[in-house]
Amino acid sequence: MTDIFSTASEMASAVAKKEISSVELTKAHLDRIKETDGKVHSFLFVDESGALEQAKAVDAKIAKGESLSPLAGVPLALKDILAQEGIPTTAGSKILEGWRPPYDATVVTKLKEAGVVILGKTNMDEFAMGSSTENSAYGTTQNPWDLTRTPGGSSGGSAAAVAAFQAPIAIGTDTGGSIRQPAALTGIVGVKPTYGGVSRYGVIAYSSSLDQVGPFARTVLDTALLHEAIAGHDERDSTSINAPVPQVVAAAKRGDVKGMKIGVIKELSGAGFQAGVLARFNESLDLLVSQGAEIVEVSCPNFEYALAAYYLIAPSEASSNLARFDSMRYGLRVGDDGKRGAEEVMSITRDAGFGKEVKRRIILGTYALSSGYYDAYYGSAQKVRTLVKQDFEAAFSKADVLVSPVTPTTAFKIGEKSNDPVAMYLSDIATIPVNMAGIGGMSLPVGLADEDGLPVGLQILAPVMQDDRFYRVGGTLEAALLSKWGKPILANAPKLGAK
Amino acid sequence: MTLDYAGAVAKYEPTLGLEVHVELNTKSKMFCSCATEFGAEPNTQTCPVCLGLPGALPVVNAKAIESTILIGLALNCSIAPYSRFARKNYFYPDMPKNFQTSQYDEPICINGYLDVEIETDEGPRVFRVDIERVHMEEDTGKSLHVGGSTGRIHGAEYSLLDYNRAGIPLVEIVTRIVPGTGKYAPQVARAYVTELRDILRSLGVSDVKMEQGSLRCDANVSLAPIGSGELGTRSETKNVNSLRSVERAVSGEIERQANRLENGERIIQETRHFLEESGQTRPGRSKEQAEDYRYFPEPDLVPVTPDAKWIEELRTRIPEKPSVRRKRLQVEWNCPDKEMESLVNAELLDVVEATIKLGAEPTRARTWWLGEISRLANEKEVTPTSLITAEQVAQVIALIVSGDLTDKLARQVVEGVVAGEGSPADVIEKRGLKVVSDDSALMSAIEAAIAASPDTAERVRSGNIPAAGALIGAVMKATGGAADAAKVRELLLKHLGQG
Repeated sequence: MTDIFSTASEMASAVAKKEISSVELTKAHLDRIKETDGKVHSFLFVDESGALEQAKAVDAKIAKGESLSPLAGVPLALKDILAQEGIPTTAGSKILEGWRPPYDATVVTKLKEAGVVILGKTNMDEFAMGSSTENSAYGTTQNPWDLTRTPGGSSGGSAAAVAAFQAPIAIGTDTGGSIRQPAALTGIVGVKPTYGGVSRYGVIAYSSSLDQVGPFARTVLDTALLHEAIAGHDERDSTSINAPVPQVVAAAKRGDVKGMKIGVIKELSGAGFQAGVLARFNESLDLLVSQGAEIVEVSCPNFEYALAAYYLIAPSEASSNLARFDSMRYGLRVGDDGKRGAEEVMSITRDAGFGKEVKRRIILGTYALSSGYYDAYYGSAQKVRTLVKQDFEAAFSKADVLVSPVTPTTAFKIGEKSNDPVAMYLSDIATIPVNMAGIGGMSLPVGLADEDGLPVGLQILAPVMQDDRFYRVGGTLEAALLSKWGKPILANAPKLGAK
Repeated sequence: MTLDYAGAVAKYEPTLGLEVHVELNTKSKMFCSCATEFGAEPNTQTCPVCLGLPGALPVVNAKAIESTILIGLALNCSIAPYSRFARKNYFYPDMPKNFQTSQYDEPICINGYLDVEIETDEGPRVFRVDIERVHMEEDTGKSLHVGGSTGRIHGAEYSLLDYNRAGIPLVEIVTRIVPGTGKYAPQVARAYVTELRDILRSLGVSDVKMEQGSLRCDANVSLAPIGSGELGTRSETKNVNSLRSVERAVSGEIERQANRLENGERIIQETRHFLEESGQTRPGRSKEQAEDYRYFPEPDLVPVTPDAKWIEELRTRIPEKPSVRRKRLQVEWNCPDKEMESLVNAELLDVVEATIKLGAEPTRARTWWLGEISRLANEKEVTPTSLITAEQVAQVIALIVSGDLTDKLARQVVEGVVAGEGSPADVIEKRGLKVVSDDSALMSAIEAAIAASPDTAERVRSGNIPAAGALIGAVMKATGGAADAAKVRELLLKHLGQG
C-alpha cells in the first residue's frame, strides 16, 4: 500500500498505475503537515490550493494516458530561497516579507514540467547563512529525531520535512554544506551537485560562486530521480555547465562498487569528530570493502585553511548580493515617513530587516572587499580556493571517490551554538572544501551514534560532473546497510503523528 | 585681475583626459533580453534580471561583446584573450542591484590610439590620443526628481524611477592623459570626440546621439605652469551634450582653473557639471574622499574569452577610418568643401557613395540627394535614406542621362517612388512619364501652338528667334513637360524656316 511512508519512486509508480491519485497523495501529505508541523516547523508557507491544483493536473494527464516523468504526482517541499511565481518567498528574512516573485526559478519550472507537486516553502537560516535554522526570522525548525535539537541548516526545513514524512522529496541549496549537513543530522540523503550542474536562476543568491541547488530524499534512488529532474544546462545561468547531465539514476541502481578506489581524507577522519560519528564512518568503510571496494588514504593539507577562506569569500559575495534589499522596489520598507530621504529609508529598513548573522556577514564582506584590504583578505582567500582545488585534484588522482564524515557531531541542541558563531561555523568543516572546489557530494545516513542515538552521515565526493560516482557508491552502501539493519534508518525515529 | 583664455594658456599648460560612454544599439540589453528602444513608456522594458529581482542572473549579450571588440579594433587596441566583469558596489535607487556590473582591472580592449587632425596657426596638425582601455558595462536607470527648484535630488519632494535604461549596454572608452596640446586642448578634445563619433557610426554599433545621451563625454582637465613638467589636480566635467560643448567645456575649465591658480587657490578634485547656457561649469560631487566601490570579479558571469579567429574575422569588418575616407571621396568626386560638409552633416556620404557605385555621375548623385530628396525628407520630417534607395536614385539618374527623362519628369518619378508607387520604372509606367521623343507627336503639338499664336510664329519666321520661347513653352505645357525642350526648339525653328 502506498502512503506517506513510501518512497517517492513507489509513490510515482502507484500514481501512474492509478493505485492512488496524486490528489489523494497530496492530501495525505497536507494532512501530515497539519498534524506534525506544529512540532517540527518545517514550513514557512503551505500552498494547499496550488498543490492540489498541480496534483489534479497530473491526475488528468494520467486519465488521458499521457506519458509522465518519473516523479509525476509526487509531492515536494521547496526551500524558501527559490523564487516561485505568486508564492511568498522570503529566504527566511524579514526584509522580504510579503514579496511574491513574478517569476519561477528554472528549477521550479522544471519541477512543474515534471509534474512534481510543490507543497510549500520550507524554513531556512536567513539567506542561507547558518547551520541550524536558528537564524531564520520566522522561528527555528525542530529535528524530527529530537525536538530539542536542530535539524541543521541552512536547508533545515527541507531536511526536516523529508525526515518527518511531510514530503518524500525536497529541494535545498548548499553553499558550505547546507544540504549535506542537515541531511546527515536528520538521517536522510542529500546531494550537492557539481557547481553548475543545476541552474541557479531564481535562487536568491547568498554566495554566487559557491551556491548550488540540490535534492533531498529518503533513498539514494529518489535523490537521483530528483537530481535528474532539476539538473542540466540553463542559458539563463551563465555559470551552468553545458554538458550532459551525469547518469545518476542509472548509477543509483547499479549496486556494485567492485574495483572502486575509496579515498579516506586523512584530515577529516580523526581528531575533532564525535566517537559515534567515527565509529559509523569506519563501519561504512568496512562495508564498502566487503562489497569489493579498495580503501586508500589521501591527504588534503590545505583543507585547514578552507573554513577561514570560506568566511571571507562567502561574506564578500553576500555583501554585494544582499545590497539589492533596499526597500525601493519590493519587500520590507521601514521609516518612510514622507520626510526622510531614500538613503535614510534604505538604511533604516536594512537595520530592521536583516538579522544578526546576516549583518555580521555583510560587515565582514564589506570589510574584506575594501580597498587596502582586498588583497590580504579576498585575494588570499581566492588563493586558498585554488590550493583546495589542487588538493582535490591530487586526491582524485589516487581515488575514484573521497569519503569523510559529513559533520563532526550529530544534531546539536537548539541554542547550544547560537551564541558562538565560530563553533557553529566549525560544524561545516568537512563540507566547505567541497563548495570551494565546485565538486559534488552526497550525504548518506550510515547509522546512529551509540552515545546519543542520533543519525550519522557519510560524505561521498566525486570530481566535477562525475556525480554518478557518489550515487553508485551511495546506492551500494545503502543496500548493504538496509540488509544489515533490516529496516530503513528512519524507522528508528520517534513517531510524530498519530499514524 | 582675471585671465582670459589667451592669458590662461599663455601661462598654463593644460592636460586633457577624456572618458566617453557609448550606448550600444544592440536590440537587447547587456545582460537580459529586454528591448532597448529609446523613449518607451517608463518601466515597460524591464524583466527580473534588469530589475535586479532576487534570484535573477545576468547573461552576457554576445552582440555587445562583438560591438565592443569592433570598437577596440577600430581604435587600434589589443583585444584581451581573457577579460572579466566586476561589480562596482554603491547604493543608489536607480541601480536595481546596488552594484553596477562593469569591467575593472581586466577590460576587454587595451592600449590603443586615435589620431586626430586639427587646424593650427601653422596649418593642419595631427595629435595622437592614446586609448588606455575600452570596456563594457551596464547603464543605470533614470531618476526624475519631482518638486524642489533644481530638479536635483536635493530638495525634491519625491523621485520617480524608470528602469528602461537599466542594463542597456554601455561601452566606456578611456584615454590616457593627452599632454602637449597647449592652447589647442579644446579643439583636440572636440576633434577626438568627433572622430570617435564618426568611427562608432561607421561601425554601426551605436546611434551616437549626444543629445539623447547615447554618446556622453566626460572631460578631465588639469593645468600646470608651462615648463614645470608637473601634472596639476584635475576636474572632471560631465553633462557635455554636444561636440561644441566639448570644446566650450574644456576652454571654460581652463579659464576657471587658471584664474583660481592665479588667485592662489587650489584646484579641488571634483566632478563638475557643464552649463549649456553660460558655457561655465558648476561643482558637483567632490571626489576628495574617494568612494570605495569594493570592486570584485562578478561571480555570476564567466570570463569573456573571445576566439582569436573570431577577432581576426571582426578585424576584416573594420571600415576605412571616416576622416580618411572623407578625404578620399572628396578628391574622387571633385567635391567642394562646403558640399562635402553638407553631405557629412546630413549623413548622406554612404548613400551617395552607393549611388555613385551604381553608375551615377558624382555631381548628379550629390545634387539629387542634397537637393530634391533632402527637400522631400525635410517636408516629411524623416531621413532622406528612409524615402528612396541608392538603386532607385541611380536608375533615375541613368534615365536622365539617356534622355528618357527630363529633370522635371525625374522629379515626378522620385515623388512617385517616395509616395510608394513602386520602382522608378513602375512610376514611369503608371504615370506615363516618358519623354515624348516621337517627332510626329511633337510636330502636331508644335503645329497646334503655331495655330494658336500665328503672330508670334510670324515674328520667328521673320528672324526674331527669342520669340520662339513662348511657342516652346506652349508645346511643353501641352505635353505636360514630357518633351525634351531642346528637341522641341530644334523642330520648331526648323518648321518656321530658321533651323
